[in-house]
Amino acid sequence: MTEYKNLGSKDTRSGFGEGLAELGRQNPNVVALCADLTGSLKMDAFARDFPERFFQVGIAEANMISIAAGMTIGGKIPYTGTFANFSTGRVYDQIRQSVAYSEKNVKICASHAGITLGEDGATHQIMEDIGLMKMLPNMTVINPCDFNQTKAATLAIADYQGPVYLRFGRPKWPNFTPLGQPFIIGKALLLNEGADVSIFATGHLVWNALQACQVLEEQGIHAEIIDIHTIKPLDEEAILASVRKTGCVVSAEEHLRNGGLGDSIAQLLARNHPAPMEMVAVNDQFGQSGKPEELLKKYGLDVPDIVAAALKAISRK
Amino acid sequence: MLSIQDLEKIAVQVRRDIVRMVNGASSGHPGGPLGCADFLVALYFKIMKPDPQQFTMDGAGEDLFFLSNGHLSALWYSVLARYGFFDTSELATFRKLGTRLQGHPATCEGLPGIRMSSGSLGQGLSVSIGAALSKKLNSDEHLVYCLLGDGELEEGQNWEAMMFAAGHKVDNLIAVIDCNGIQIDGPTDKVMPLGDIPAKFEAFGWKVLTMYGNDMTEVVDTLKKAQWYTLQGQPVVIVMTTHMGFGVDFMLDNHEWHGVFPNDEQTKTALAQLNETLGDY
Repeated sequence: MTEYKNLGSKDTRSGFGEGLAELGRQNPNVVALCADLTGSLKMDAFARDFPERFFQVGIAEANMISIAAGMTIGGKIPYTGTFANFSTGRVYDQIRQSVAYSEKNVKICASHAGITLGEDGATHQIMEDIGLMKMLPNMTVINPCDFNQTKAATLAIADYQGPVYLRFGRPKWPNFTPLGQPFIIGKALLLNEGADVSIFATGHLVWNALQACQVLEEQGIHAEIIDIHTIKPLDEEAILASVRKTGCVVSAEEHLRNGGLGDSIAQLLARNHPAPMEMVAVNDQFGQSGKPEELLKKYGLDVPDIVAAALKAISRK
Repeated sequence: MLSIQDLEKIAVQVRRDIVRMVNGASSGHPGGPLGCADFLVALYFKIMKPDPQQFTMDGAGEDLFFLSNGHLSALWYSVLARYGFFDTSELATFRKLGTRLQGHPATCEGLPGIRMSSGSLGQGLSVSIGAALSKKLNSDEHLVYCLLGDGELEEGQNWEAMMFAAGHKVDNLIAVIDCNGIQIDGPTDKVMPLGDIPAKFEAFGWKVLTMYGNDMTEVVDTLKKAQWYTLQGQPVVIVMTTHMGFGVDFMLDNHEWHGVFPNDEQTKTALAQLNETLGDY
């Protein structure tokens, strides 16, 4: 299988911060808004280097989203930053009316998504956000897998005209995609070719899927690993082509099963090419406090869970 | 240059349009639009005077208006049409399938004059702040106007916006609060007492003006005064007292006319009180 090395673990939110600072230098229309989480979102460099284009709104996320929507009138490209929970659930109606329905060029950048937020517990561990955002017409939903990809995505969405939800996380996580790899919105990334099972993963779990691939390889099973960094629009062609080849599917994500990547893939397959499918995701429950690695294990998102799901999917062929 | 009498004539025709549109759609909100007709006519025809042929989403180099209480759509559409943004005949499509004149203002239909969808309350002041910040970044000295309802102030986001606008010295913004004292369920004093609205804005750091919104001379004078107070380090608010349903006696100050359409008989009675000054659509 294709070898992927951890180039040194880094948090994906820092990839966002680096990308944003670079955008500040590249594009004078990029502005940033933050709701009292500048350090957590790694927006400090942008705030320091471009103070006239950085807007601290305080703990007032609804106001932040609507201000961002207003700033697009006049040609600005606003990047809003707060935790994923406060970027989506808390401000759903503001996003729905003033961003998605109004087709405004706002980039909603959300950190601390998913269970790997860890010790802060369920109030902050949102695992419904992909579902909330993908349900909105006009919304693009992106969940990059590592530092380099998050940075690349942060840069790429500035060149795309329209609302975007960019989701990333808190913990240091293996960084393995090549630095400077171009990010193409809506284009699935084939990481390993295989003929026995298609594993579609998004966000942090792409790394887990690669680990699972190795374990499966040792058992003589060749898994195809595809990074679905863009959940909407979904790369339907790539997914269908892979499943036509392998005949069975595993999805893996740090999100609820309801509304997540797996649910999008299942819809696609049901309409076009039904195939046995297993979903590695959290099933209809809230998280709890704990260390990220403990939580991944507890909620069935770890490497052995993906291996087991792959074996089960293959057995159902 | 339009005189006060000219503006009053336009406002009467706009009121006719509102009644006919809501009757024609068998749905909509007549009360608030009738109350705010004088203000919006003055704002477009006397104060902002945009070029209807040159509408752009970005609105660079011109004043902008945002309607936060989107249920006043019939009023806004009539003013836009009477001003020349689109043909008045289109007013007949209000709220009908396939129309650009959606029940609440929408951008997706491409109706010239509209830059933001509204209807879900409490968002317009924040949106206006954003547009005002953009103007500052673009060194564009034009102003941003926003109309909100008094009942709408019950939405907490307004208070976030009030805090921000003063804290960030968004002084190219004029907010206008339509204080008709009425919301869907009854008088605001009963539904949710708002207290002293001017004092609250003042406490948040805004420059506060008050006016009676159903007197054209007072409306024009106060808007001009408000303009004078802009670009001096403070956001400006006009707390505007109006009568819901103004111009139609049986709708006056009656909360039951917030979101109810007049039937044909009632429409006839209403139109008898409003002269056809510019020709019906």
